[in-house]
Amino acid sequence: MFKQVEGSRAVAEAVAACRPEVICAYPISPQTHIVEGLSRIVKEGKLGTCEFVNVESEFAAMSVAIGASATGARTYTATASQGLLYMVEAVYNASGLGLPIVMTVANRAIGAPINIWNDHSDSMSQRDSGWIQIFAETNQEAADLHVQAFRIAEELSLPVMVCMDGFILTHASERVDIPEQEQVDSFLKPYVPRQVLDPANPVSIGAMVGPEAFTEVRYMAHMKTLSALELIPQVAKDFEEIFHRDSGGLIRGYHCEGAETVVIALGSVLGTIKDVIDEQRENGVSIGALGIISYRPFPFDAVRAALKDAKRVVIIEKALSVGIGGVVAQDIRHALSGLEIHQYTVIAGLGGRPITKASLDDLFNKAVVDDIRGLTFLDLDQELVDAEMKREAGQS
Amino acid sequence: MGDLCRSQVYRELVSVSLGEETTLVFQVRIHGRGGQGVVTAAELLAQAAFDEGRHAQAFPSFGSERTGAPVVAFCRIADKEIRVREPIMAPDAVIVQDETLLRAVDVFAGLQSTGYVLINSMRTFDELGLGEYAAVGDRFITVPATQLAMQHLGRPVPNAVLLGAFAALTKVVSLKSVNDAIRDRFSAKLADGNCAAATAAYEFVAQQLEGSARV
Repeated sequence: MFKQVEGSRAVAEAVAACRPEVICAYPISPQTHIVEGLSRIVKEGKLGTCEFVNVESEFAAMSVAIGASATGARTYTATASQGLLYMVEAVYNASGLGLPIVMTVANRAIGAPINIWNDHSDSMSQRDSGWIQIFAETNQEAADLHVQAFRIAEELSLPVMVCMDGFILTHASERVDIPEQEQVDSFLKPYVPRQVLDPANPVSIGAMVGPEAFTEVRYMAHMKTLSALELIPQVAKDFEEIFHRDSGGLIRGYHCEGAETVVIALGSVLGTIKDVIDEQRENGVSIGALGIISYRPFPFDAVRAALKDAKRVVIIEKALSVGIGGVVAQDIRHALSGLEIHQYTVIAGLGGRPITKASLDDLFNKAVVDDIRGLTFLDLDQELVDAEMKREAGQS
Repeated sequence: MGDLCRSQVYRELVSVSLGEETTLVFQVRIHGRGGQGVVTAAELLAQAAFDEGRHAQAFPSFGSERTGAPVVAFCRIADKEIRVREPIMAPDAVIVQDETLLRAVDVFAGLQSTGYVLINSMRTFDELGLGEYAAVGDRFITVPATQLAMQHLGRPVPNAVLLGAFAALTKVVSLKSVNDAIRDRFSAKLADGNCAAATAAYEFVAQQLEGSARV
């Protein structure tokens, strides 16, 4: 049913329709509205025996999620920014133990300096954690990806992080077709765990593995995660059959085929990018976009196939790997190795700086004639930087 | 008839503001202070547009909102999916919920040359020291929304009230849709008061516009 609804509410209702059995979370902006919504739904008794566990920290949230999932419960949590960092030790354990927990990351910058606004630094810091990471472009897709995430997680016995832009999506009210309970029920069957912690039949999970087998354990985790590259498109196809809309998958092109210049991005900025691309194409510019939905596992083959005929790619990144530059850009470079394609990395939208159509238009105009540097910081206030560097130099 | 009128006016002003008819989008920026329901106003407006079968996108300016601090929220209304995620920098309409903001914030920043301004005040544009804007009385209007809220609601909350005035001024949404959105959002008692105040604000603006048309 179509509703005009805040993104957080849409996600809360979609998660509720997945019939989770344990929800645990610690509030942190901009994720808070999601778990507040879910706590109300649980309190209203709409989720039967589902338990909403208030915890004292994000570390506890993930620890409770691990315990709940290990006993065979469908488990959900959500966090952002410093909250995600605080739970990191347990985040790795969840994937190492192969527990199909679904977690929303309402993407937000990481301090210091403290900043509550959106960028992708938080989830990017966990790209090697062994979690599947999928990025939503709209609130419709955010709601839909959660439904798909439980399927992917439970079929693979791996945790899935659904990343949605904090504030930009979580706090935006827009039209969303909320997944109907009946449709979700036919798409997502009850969770049948592969093994459970059961006092009547005690087993130990996560026991120590020494040098003789640790590599093999990690290799198997790698191979299992890579198999998601087959599963994710299949799940998106099944989803479309039941819900009649295109959500999820590995990548999504926009006038990508045949375009000389392809702009690559993750998440909600793709909407603004598409508007600019429409205007540029009207002026005869050969430009398109490629959205990366599945960031982990990274769809190397699909990305390479989509970009092989491009002359240049412009990678818009909402995160910075200090000391090297782009994060996603490294994966793109790997995917395009051996192809003669110019690659430009653009760091944009850090700490919530708006990525405007005007700035993107200007950027693309320069990019299509190869008049930008390999690494660009969009809308950087160079004067401010110069003054600050001068001041610092004077102090030393 | 009402719908036809509205949609014609809407298309006209949007195509004027954007210089083309392919991207019909009407952009509203709402200024207020923390606690005045600025974000709620943007969401109510989006709901009203949604009820009329349009696409709408409402979002706050994402600050650390505190009671009394200047707050901004945005609402886009269009006939097709809204993809852009930038803040509204060139609004077609500005709603100012608190006249004391006029001294603190440039509420007119980026306003389209054909844009609308709605200020919650008992004073005229002249009295507010904004005499240069008074010439466009059919697009720039002050409404005593706080007083109307006190009268009908018993609380000085002008946000939903101003949407009634907005409907009369811009005709982008109907008063009925505004009132439906208010009823959808609030408890019956709160909704009754807000709807009565919004309707009074609508009538106030309609009368003003009639007066300015006669002059």
